[in-house]
Amino acid sequence: MSEFSQQTAPALVRIRGLSFRRDTRAIFDNVDLDIPRGKVTAIMGPSGTGKTTLLRLIGAQLRPQLGRVEIDGTDVHRLSRRDLYVLRRRIGMLFQSGALFTDLSVFENVAFPLREHYRLPERLVRTLVLMKLEAVGLRGARELMPAELSGGMARRVALARAIALDPLLMMYDEPFTGQDPISMGVLVKLIRTLNDALGMTSVVVSHDVAEACSIADYVYLISGGKVVAHGTPAELGRADSPWVDQFMHGLADGPVPFHYPARDYAADLLEDGPNT
Amino acid sequence: MNALASLGRRTLDILARMGRATFCLLQILSGLHSVLIRPRLIVAQMYSVGVLSLPIILVSGLFVGMVLGLQGYTTLVDFGAAESLGTVVALSLVRELGPVVAALLYAGRAGSALTAEIGLMKATEQLAGMEMMAVDPVRRVLGPRFVAGVFAVPLLAAIFTAVGILGGYLVGVGLLGVDDGAYWSQMQAKVQWGKDILNGVVLKSVIFGVVANWIAVFEGYDAVPTSAGIGRATTRSVVNTSLAVLGLDFILTALLFGGIR
Amino acid sequence: MSTSRIVETLVGLFVALGIVALFFLSLQVSGISQLGGERSYRIYARFENVGGLKVRSPVSMAGVRIGRVGAISIDPQTFQALVELRIDSQFADLPVDTSAKILTSGLLGEQYVGLEAGGADAVLKDGSTLKLTQSALVLENIIGQFLFSKAAEGSGSNAAPAAKP
Repeated sequence: MSEFSQQTAPALVRIRGLSFRRDTRAIFDNVDLDIPRGKVTAIMGPSGTGKTTLLRLIGAQLRPQLGRVEIDGTDVHRLSRRDLYVLRRRIGMLFQSGALFTDLSVFENVAFPLREHYRLPERLVRTLVLMKLEAVGLRGARELMPAELSGGMARRVALARAIALDPLLMMYDEPFTGQDPISMGVLVKLIRTLNDALGMTSVVVSHDVAEACSIADYVYLISGGKVVAHGTPAELGRADSPWVDQFMHGLADGPVPFHYPARDYAADLLEDGPNT
Repeated sequence: MNALASLGRRTLDILARMGRATFCLLQILSGLHSVLIRPRLIVAQMYSVGVLSLPIILVSGLFVGMVLGLQGYTTLVDFGAAESLGTVVALSLVRELGPVVAALLYAGRAGSALTAEIGLMKATEQLAGMEMMAVDPVRRVLGPRFVAGVFAVPLLAAIFTAVGILGGYLVGVGLLGVDDGAYWSQMQAKVQWGKDILNGVVLKSVIFGVVANWIAVFEGYDAVPTSAGIGRATTRSVVNTSLAVLGLDFILTALLFGGIR
Repeated sequence: MSTSRIVETLVGLFVALGIVALFFLSLQVSGISQLGGERSYRIYARFENVGGLKVRSPVSMAGVRIGRVGAISIDPQTFQALVELRIDSQFADLPVDTSAKILTSGLLGEQYVGLEAGGADAVLKDGSTLKLTQSALVLENIIGQFLFSKAAEGSGSNAAPAAKP
């Protein structure tokens, strides 16, 4: 797990020896992970393996018990509050729910980070917001309120807002969940084109194998708090590990059993119930 | 043994909660300068906590004043002191009922809404989203609401008191026949600006405003981000504010108006 | 833009209403307008007993309040109470032979200083002292005197057992 020879460019995000536990439950146990610069990296794994937690650790919204997270060479958990906020201006994050401000219009939502961080003339704010909205194809929806948007549109507005400050690193938290096939296709295309056009580095957390693999340059599989496998989508597709095979191809049974651990089926059925 | 352990855990929970609340207040206060240079944010919040609370304050103030007028009159008339009605109504309102009832109504009308709003923003990841956009939610969301509320409560208390005194006037002078001049002159002879108005309406309600808004924004910020959690936080916000206001009122009355040595 | 303008206007209205309420409380309710410290002058009166008189008790003449009690102290020579009366400047020109009484408003009411104008031409100046004063009626003394006189009546010309309570 310590060899990272595959990467050509130096990693933008380097995670070393990361351990994180919530109460007594270990979410991550000594995880090493590199996010290569300028690429789309997918982090996949079954539900409940703490993929969202990983993004929050990278964004320093959570603090790990052990280990380091470096972005562009600086340990994010050692930064002062002020420096952390400076760093976060260069990080965009798309939340699973979109996290749009419900009392602001689409336009004002996208303008929010610009207005908060810079004192720009109103004309320039307008130009920038319309450019970002055009990039996600929702320039015409600028006057709508978030409640009037469909789920896919809301996520695209949130995406426009996340790229408003032209981030270096863009993190997507389950961008495909709950989307219909069309908006899923739109999002897949957007993530790829934005990454290439704006020269960003993208991290996509997902359990939608097909979509994630179609845009990812590199894939990490996480399960049980550890990196189980990593490689390009093609490498993982023909991996010989049965677990990777099961996950990548979505097989019902395999190393991860279909049944939750239980006693013998026949014995369970034949046993007298407590009331009989 | 188990009961003892759970009692201990609950105590620790409460202590931790008070610690978080204090920390939250300090964070708000340390970010005050960035709030005060953006009066627009405060004005927008003044609308929702102040202007929208006006109807309930006006109506309750009028009725409380009218009840005081009626009850005060029936008591005073037996002693032939009905002319002191103005004093009774004004002193009760200025010293106690104005600031206290206004703060309680504020907690129910505006404080609960603040808690629910902030809690919902937390549940829908709006606060986390803000943090990732390098905007501190304590300064951007909690700060303006807190400041607007602290401004609004004394104003509401003053309006409540004034309307209450007018309500007492309506009943006392209009219906029960207390002398018009006596109502005001008795009041003016006994109500003192520094001791009663400044200590009562102004000082008390500023303190109540700080406490009510502190509790409201903290409960929202600290809410468990689920629908049940927000419900609990809203209830706690109103209950804790009411208890704090009534408890503090006793302490403040003892300190400001004496009687306890 | 227009909605934010409405919001701003309403908030302005709210703040204005609050300030008006505070002014109302200050001027109409507390009567602060009547005790402007500078626009008054001081005269002094000595009393044997001030009873329940307090600082800020009203000073009135013919039932009209013309000032307040400024301070109450003991004159170290005569051991009488020395009361400072602050009279509003608009009630200047009180005659020098004005007399002061400590009265009670109603049976159980608060005590106040009542002034009664005399007929002299000379007027009181800031710092003058009233010559004619009458102390507060202390209820216990009155009742005592009343009982005493009743007792004296009842027993005819018998000498009273105790001269003074």
